[in-house]
Amino acid sequence: MFSNLGEKLQNTLRRLKGKGKLNEKDVDAAMREIRLALLEADVNFKVVKDFVAAVRERAVGHEVMSSLTPGQQVVKIVNEEMTRLMGQDQSTLSFTRGQTSIMMVGLQGSGKTTTAVKLASHLKREGRSPFLVAADIYRPGAVKQLEVLTESIGVKSYSNLEEDPVKICSEGLKMAEREGCDVTIIDTAGRLHLDDEMMSEITEIKNTINPDEVLLVVDAMTGQDAVNAASSFQEALGLSGVILTKLDGDTRGGAALSVRAVTGCPVKYVGVGEKLDALEPFYPDRMASRILGMGDVLSLIDKAEASIDQDKAKEMEQKLRKQQFTLDDFKDQIAQLRGMGSLEEIMNMLPEAGNLPKEVKQMSMNEDNFKRVEAIIGSMTKGERQNPAILNSSRRRRIAMGSGTTVQDINRLINQFNQMQKMFKQMGGADKKGASKKMKKMKKRFPF
Amino acid sequence: MSLLNQFKTSLARSKSGFVDRLGSLFGSGEINDEFFEELEETLVSGDVGVQTSLKLVDQLREAIGNQKVKEREEARKLLIQIITDTMSSGENSTLADQKPAVILLVGVNGSGKTTSAAKLANLYRQQGKKVLLVAGDTFRAAAIEQLEIWSGRAGVDLIKQEPGSDPSALFFDAMNAAKARDADVVIGDTAGRLHSKYNLMKELNKIYRVVGRNLPGAPHQVLLVVDATTGQNAVAQARSFNEALALDGLILAKLDGTARGGIVINIQDELEIPVSYVGTGEKIEDLAPFNAADFAHALLED
Ligand SMILES: Nc1nc2c(ncn2[C@@H]2O[C@H](COP(=O)(O)OP(=O)(O)OP(=O)(O)O)[C@@H](O)[C@H]2O)c(=O)[nH]1
Ligand SMILES: Nc1nc2c(ncn2[C@@H]2O[C@H](COP(=O)(O)OP(=O)(O)OP(=O)(O)O)[C@@H](O)[C@H]2O)c(=O)[nH]1
Ligand SMILES: [Mg+2]
Ligand SMILES: [Mg+2]
Repeated sequence: MFSNLGEKLQNTLRRLKGKGKLNEKDVDAAMREIRLALLEADVNFKVVKDFVAAVRERAVGHEVMSSLTPGQQVVKIVNEEMTRLMGQDQSTLSFTRGQTSIMMVGLQGSGKTTTAVKLASHLKREGRSPFLVAADIYRPGAVKQLEVLTESIGVKSYSNLEEDPVKICSEGLKMAEREGCDVTIIDTAGRLHLDDEMMSEITEIKNTINPDEVLLVVDAMTGQDAVNAASSFQEALGLSGVILTKLDGDTRGGAALSVRAVTGCPVKYVGVGEKLDALEPFYPDRMASRILGMGDVLSLIDKAEASIDQDKAKEMEQKLRKQQFTLDDFKDQIAQLRGMGSLEEIMNMLPEAGNLPKEVKQMSMNEDNFKRVEAIIGSMTKGERQNPAILNSSRRRRIAMGSGTTVQDINRLINQFNQMQKMFKQMGGADKKGASKKMKKMKKRFPF
Repeated sequence: MSLLNQFKTSLARSKSGFVDRLGSLFGSGEINDEFFEELEETLVSGDVGVQTSLKLVDQLREAIGNQKVKEREEARKLLIQIITDTMSSGENSTLADQKPAVILLVGVNGSGKTTSAAKLANLYRQQGKKVLLVAGDTFRAAAIEQLEIWSGRAGVDLIKQEPGSDPSALFFDAMNAAKARDADVVIGDTAGRLHSKYNLMKELNKIYRVVGRNLPGAPHQVLLVVDATTGQNAVAQARSFNEALALDGLILAKLDGTARGGIVINIQDELEIPVSYVGTGEKIEDLAPFNAADFAHALLED
């Protein structure tokens, strides 16, 4: 509904042409849309109020730069404010000389156990020697879960179902030292912030082990309530950071802003999958555009860079420049995109995805679809693959017969190919510098 | 404590912030624009969502006009009625007189499926039924052990296979076991999955079809477990899961926190999927049938 603030603002601000200054009425109309977009993204309503007030104050009377339309000007201010609120830079973990200890805390099911092991795996890759402590003696199977996961990454862990969690943690720290490990990550039981008994337990753990980091693990799908839990945990423990999980879904993740606003703590990592390597650094600017629904352009570039073969990308860029993108290349492209998730997922990261036909956005790069595409393209002659324009209806019928598909399938594919060709032309290659420059340009071309 | 009281207590406890505000809102004073605005904000802050909040407030405006209501207290009663009506408009799913009756629990990661499966098993066993739990999450680490511990606590049998085995094959076998063991109720846990993941949703659809093929008419009740702290994304979840396997109802878990679970109003409104149960804690008995009037009252009354 409010999936794309860019579109919304476009509608609201279409009538405004470059004037000298933004007046109150212009700004009010835009603020309404921004408020809605933020609420739909689950940013807490009080945080929204403060945010909108801040943007409004900056926007009214603001000189519209000659290079921008009033709409673009408002978006620019919103983006800047948002990024400022989310924290300008990436924030990292703090390590002490010798033994570092990290505590994971949070509500039930937010992702503490999984994230604790992801973090261990990440630190191990960085050359550290992590150790895990399972302090959740309550949830059935919690200790076992941590054991199975740590074993799978070749990291040691400690627990003792006969002991109380405070004791487990102090024992665990000693054990880590004996094992020669330098970072100890403590997984604690999920708990409600209004459960006094459980909150005093965790406070006691904290006071006993005096950890270097206390990380609040927050489910990215959390709604308005995110502020309540976050501020209670902050009050009880004094958090050092936040990890946002389950961002691999389609949630807008407004909780990130709410939690940041009430705790003042930086988000240090984000979880983007169930697998143990699905932990990423947090980029405030990307999160800002995700919450605003304006396209996570930078993430797309990174994603593309990670999964697209660099030489191939170069070659592709050449072809694109020369406008030689053929169906064969199309097949190669989607083969590479397969590793990146559904096309829809990718499209959603593009600010202009809203303008693409629905059927293209919904084209999912699952195995079935891919096999079908492969069969269809495989049934074409070389000439047809080079120049799909020659595909008349009798050729299409022949290809359908040959590939065991229907003419509709062929039509859809050609349509998707055309759209994709257009998209890649806009994107350029995946060469980082070139692409980011292009992306910046694209960002500037917000639909106003 | 009766289930209903338990439900009310936990709601009342968790709603304190919400209730306080509404208390002052409804307490006294005339019905003006500011009143409606505050009301809308209160609903939004309970995760009801902007669109649905506006819709509820519009309905309230109309009702106030029709019934010539002047007092905020009267307006409150009207709003309770409107929410109650919305939340009880669908048929609440009951288990068909099938034997075995199959219940399938689905949902995103960490919402409370496994715990809810145990709670349901306990509920039916207390009713004297022969219950079979199915450890359908063969993916997540120690998910099988988790349900195994719960099945012991509930005193019901468990069907399980090796970690990593194909869940639809497991469910196929489980249906045979249910018939052979003369079970009354089969409760299937499934792996958590984000609704936006195509392949995982396809896998779920396959489980659904396999169950139906082995036992025509099954599953008889598919319940989406939603974490009460979830925001607007829950609507997308309900939409996608409903497409993959036709939901019969929701379990609103973790309602014992401070979240109000207002998002279920959106889901009911858009998809007509009723709430069947609410989860009110981590213990096996912490499950209560959903009651629309209680929900509305607890939301708007202290
Ligand atoms: N898709 C996705 N799933 C995740 C992510 N992080 C965790 N999960 C899943 O979320 C569920 C809950 O994760 P856990 O690590 O068990 O959560 P927890 O906070 O330890 O839960 P409790 O100990 O019960 O409070 C599991 O199914 C995880 O696989 C993520 O980033 N993306
Ligand atoms: N406070 C509270 N906690 C609950 C409730 N229901 C479940 N939980 C807790 O939430 C956490 C996750 O519950 P699970 O049943 O493991 O969730 P799940 O959906 O099976 O998780 P995955 O299988 O990993 O996707 C556990 O710590 C549970 O104890 C509830 O109604 N209230
Ligand atoms: Mg855990
Ligand atoms: Mg589970």
